[in-house]
Amino acid sequence: MIPERFLNALLLGGLLGVALLADWRDEPFTITLATRATILAIAATGLNLALGLGGLVSLGHAVFFGLGGYAMGILAFHAQTYAPVELGPLAIEGTTSMPLIWVTAIAVSSLAALVIGLLSLRTSGVYFIMITLAFGQMFFYFAVSWSAYGGEDGLSIYVRNGFPGLNTLDPIQFFSLCFVLLCLVLVLWSRLARSPFGLALNAARQVPARVETVGLDPKRLKLAAFVLSGAITGLAGALFADLNRFVSPSMFSWQLSGELIVLVILGGVARLCGPVAGAMLFVALEHWLGGLTEFWHVWLGAILLLIVLFAKGGLVGLLSGRPASHD
Amino acid sequence: MTEPILETRGLTKRFGALVASDGVSIDLRPGEIHAVIGPNGAGKSTLIGQICGTVIPDEGSVHFQGHDVTDETVAARAGRGLGRTFQVSALAMEDTVLQNTLLGALSASSSPWRLWRSVLNDRDLVARADAALGRVGLSDRRATRCADLSHGQRRQLEVAVALTLSPRAFVMDEPMAGLGAEGSKALTAFLDGLRDKAPILLVEHDMDAVFALADRISVLAEGRILATGTVAEIRADPEVRTAYLGEDA
Ligand SMILES: Nc1ncnc2c1ncn2[C@@H]1O[C@H](COP(=O)(O)OP(=O)(O)O)[C@@H](O)[C@H]1O
Ligand SMILES: [Mg+2]
Repeated sequence: MIPERFLNALLLGGLLGVALLADWRDEPFTITLATRATILAIAATGLNLALGLGGLVSLGHAVFFGLGGYAMGILAFHAQTYAPVELGPLAIEGTTSMPLIWVTAIAVSSLAALVIGLLSLRTSGVYFIMITLAFGQMFFYFAVSWSAYGGEDGLSIYVRNGFPGLNTLDPIQFFSLCFVLLCLVLVLWSRLARSPFGLALNAARQVPARVETVGLDPKRLKLAAFVLSGAITGLAGALFADLNRFVSPSMFSWQLSGELIVLVILGGVARLCGPVAGAMLFVALEHWLGGLTEFWHVWLGAILLLIVLFAKGGLVGLLSGRPASHD
Repeated sequence: MTEPILETRGLTKRFGALVASDGVSIDLRPGEIHAVIGPNGAGKSTLIGQICGTVIPDEGSVHFQGHDVTDETVAARAGRGLGRTFQVSALAMEDTVLQNTLLGALSASSSPWRLWRSVLNDRDLVARADAALGRVGLSDRRATRCADLSHGQRRQLEVAVALTLSPRAFVMDEPMAGLGAEGSKALTAFLDGLRDKAPILLVEHDMDAVFALADRISVLAEGRILATGTVAEIRADPEVRTAYLGEDA
């Protein structure tokens, strides 16, 4: 059995190693795959905050991913056309600056998470899942009908946005940027998990009655977790759009919300690097199995089934030998 | 006479046709242990629920330290200093004894919104939690996962969590339940010393403990208070003897 810390280092090292090796062997496509895994890992780490620490099974996290994506798409589109974004009396200039786009993506998705959280946290269990799903569908159909930004066809962006001092068109440089962000997000997650807030949130997931009895409001704790979670997933959405130079309503789809949950469960719920393991496995399967058969999801389903039945701690739990802390 | 710290006035709670509380007026004065006894189903837990805010009364009011708290949330009442222990342990089973106790400590020091620093590195919080664990005699179990504790140890932990809040009044629902003779005796001695810190409204089945501890006893049956008085008065009350003590004492 591998100690979890060591396993985490191995996973992150492996991800970085694949990208560096691919760069050395001049295989930009492999770097793109590693970047895709990195960005999905960021999105799933966001979800792991709500799901793992807060016990909130959100089937609507694609909303934040999509909002992040459209924040990038819209700002970059307006930068391309030199026409400001008209928001009533307000006119906002488009931009191709990644930091500005990220800040916008984070702001928009936290705001959405605040509103969605306020409404859906009035319920729990299966109702919570259904409400978050319904929000996801609302955003999806809105994007489909929003013809100003491509509607159903989505929106292509012809240049990759810029980051001061980097050539973001160089695959390895863009990968490095995403990888650093992943590491920062993981540091944030692990600090949160050990903080007083994390302790209270973890208790609110298990026994809300106890949390109330010591004078704390479990719903507010969960709402805060949901907002942070949405912000992180929103950031990932902006990066994902930049990777593909394309946004479409599929970023809002419930399938994507489901995939994020699958990533977290595959890797290990409430494990720091669970989402990293899950995203790496997912992208690898998608690539290798997807190349062999159109029906690779069947195999993904089989693996998921095995994990849920026999390794509740996910891959990280299985390899580190520390059983599921909760299910 | 001293003002009561905690008081209920005419609390009534119906579950359908069943009247679980029927005009219950009871008070808790500084420095005392006020025991509430009564057969199963008498409405003791329902009364506690209404005092703490988990059960909403149909009629009547709850007053704590001179404030009408009837419409306040559980958390708000706890914030005013109402410390509760549950009849069925409500603890975070996956967490350690120390983590459970820290939950109370961090609430008391109003630090749940600190997101960065490790809770275990916060000396004040840990000291506060450890002090509470020491007082209930659980110090050697601080790293044990709550799920691995014995029933009695969970009862002790319930009390420790309440202690971290330095409450102005305790409300305890059958803290001795399932403790065994040894454990009951230890907890009895502990509660005896606690009344000077804050008065205790004590729902309890263990009559030895009740007679040893209580300054006053109220007898509850079918949602109504039959009698309130000193230990001697209650022991002598013929109505109480037939209603309750006859079967249990
Ligand atoms: N939520 C509820 N819904 C319906 N009936 C309840 C509920 N809670 C308690 N009761 C009923 O109210 C009565 C009093 O219960 P309780 O307060 O738990 O009694 P005690 O704690 O004295 O044993 C019992 O008959 C119980 O079945
Ligand atoms: Mg009871």
